[in-house]
Amino acid sequence: MRQILEVRDLRVAYGQRDGGVWHALNTVSFAVAAGEILAVLGESGSGKSTLAASLLRLLPGNGRITRGEILLKGADVVRMSAVQLRQVRGSGVAIVFQEPSLALHPTIRIGMQICEVLRAHGGLNKRERSVRARDILAKVFLNDAERIFSSYPHELSGGQQQRALIAQAIACKPALIVADEPTASLDSSTQREILTLFLSLRDELGIAFVFITHNPALLSGFADRVLVLYAGKVAEVGPTHAVLSSPQHPYTQALLRCLPQVDGGGAVRRNALLPVIGGAAPSLAVLSRGCVFEPRCEDRMEICQIRDPAAAMLANRHEVACLKFPA
Amino acid sequence: MEPIIRVEDLVKRHTRRGLWSRVADFTAVNSISFSILPGTTLALVGESGSGKSSLALCLAGLERVASGRIWFEGRDLAALGEKELREVRPRIQLVFQDPANSLNPRWTVEEIVAEPLLVQNRVSRREGDARAAQALERVGLAAEYLDRRARDLSGGQRQRVAIARALILEPKLLILDEVLSALDCSIQAQIANLLVEMQRAYGLAYLFITHDLRMAAHLADEIAVMSEGKIVEQGAAKILQGLRRSEMRSLVGASPLKPETLGEVSQR
Repeated sequence: MRQILEVRDLRVAYGQRDGGVWHALNTVSFAVAAGEILAVLGESGSGKSTLAASLLRLLPGNGRITRGEILLKGADVVRMSAVQLRQVRGSGVAIVFQEPSLALHPTIRIGMQICEVLRAHGGLNKRERSVRARDILAKVFLNDAERIFSSYPHELSGGQQQRALIAQAIACKPALIVADEPTASLDSSTQREILTLFLSLRDELGIAFVFITHNPALLSGFADRVLVLYAGKVAEVGPTHAVLSSPQHPYTQALLRCLPQVDGGGAVRRNALLPVIGGAAPSLAVLSRGCVFEPRCEDRMEICQIRDPAAAMLANRHEVACLKFPA
Repeated sequence: MEPIIRVEDLVKRHTRRGLWSRVADFTAVNSISFSILPGTTLALVGESGSGKSSLALCLAGLERVASGRIWFEGRDLAALGEKELREVRPRIQLVFQDPANSLNPRWTVEEIVAEPLLVQNRVSRREGDARAAQALERVGLAAEYLDRRARDLSGGQRQRVAIARALILEPKLLILDEVLSALDCSIQAQIANLLVEMQRAYGLAYLFITHDLRMAAHLADEIAVMSEGKIVEQGAAKILQGLRRSEMRSLVGASPLKPETLGEVSQR
């Protein structure tokens, strides 16, 4: 399959106020094929939002890509000039943020906000832009696209605002959309509508997605592959079904055990205590020598303190960075 | 056993004000009845806008109701005046979804947790601090956190502080409004365990408001489903198996409980 995105050995660090460095991402490598949905699963502090921002070079001022390549259709985003970046953002890769009420301009009508994206990328006159913006809205809203076109963000519900933001993201036909927790602020039935919309955009327009989330329960039946991020490193990556139903990395196993269990009939074990992961995520101010999960790991071995695990390839494109599996 | 709280035909209306005049009444809670026994949990599930949070504010005495009764300790809260309400409120405490917004970021944990006692004018500053340390211990935070400021805590730690602040007044009923929703899965499990342990230890009753059906079924003895201001389904937690109403089905179909429903759309 054709790779749209290839990330190789990506490292991102933030300068701290005390002069130190926070190593948010370390040796992150993965690829996304055309039309593929890759979910990035991680908890707070795992580096998932840093990853999203890095893919578009939108890191805050104290953030820096210290090493690695981000190949978007073969061109390295890390080494692009400001002019090249402006061309690639929007038409090559677009981003959808978590909080649509903050990402949309509050006093500009939705239609105009989409026209603005089209104008920035040039090529259309005012009338053509307005026609095109209506077309785009019609792809995202089933029937009331015309009303949405002339609405202000505050007149829309959270789900509609998120759709408007997605319309903005697809306006310049990107090959890849990075979605950073796009459904976190929505209730469960709206969440599902947004996921269904992503699937139809993938099927109709062939857009690939990097879908960032902290909620493993969203992924089954939606993502093609899941990448599990822990403390700035890739713990495990593989087909969704394989990762969720037979996780191999001790962190993924512990994380999935934390969810309340559903038995065959749909009932849940009532009122029992849930298993938890002991300890806390490590500080990334200093890079540890061994495996980052070692202090909390139930299966740790002596060697885990010394050696940093490389990704081992199991069957079926399932990769695990754990020393239990020889690379 | 006597219920700790019994709600009868509760109605809450919000008045939308226009620039010049009253515009329209909106019924957020429409004739709702339920009761909760001591030491048990009622989960209230529903989509955004279904009236869950309006109901929570009414029960806590923070919003006036249009009609109906709220029986608590033999009195009807809906009929009480502000002064009497203030006397009852300590025993019904609220915990909110986002501890980053519900705690003052500049206050120390000690100030936050002791404040309800001081506001109630019950104790001296010194005793307040001692009780704060106790409450903190109950929620699994060491005394060294007393001097930390809320902004320096993680999400899970902040939610523990918010729960400690509610516990310090020794409530009988805790209203938990989406208290797990803003947390990571592994932290959700820790706080859920804390809720279970506290209920066992102190016999607290919970009104657990959520849109996560899986967690509702895990924590609750009974589940009520709200839609457009009404309870459309109510019963033991196992009603999840025998779904009758379409609202319930769509909610469950959309929830993480049944991820396979999404599978149908993903077929390429």
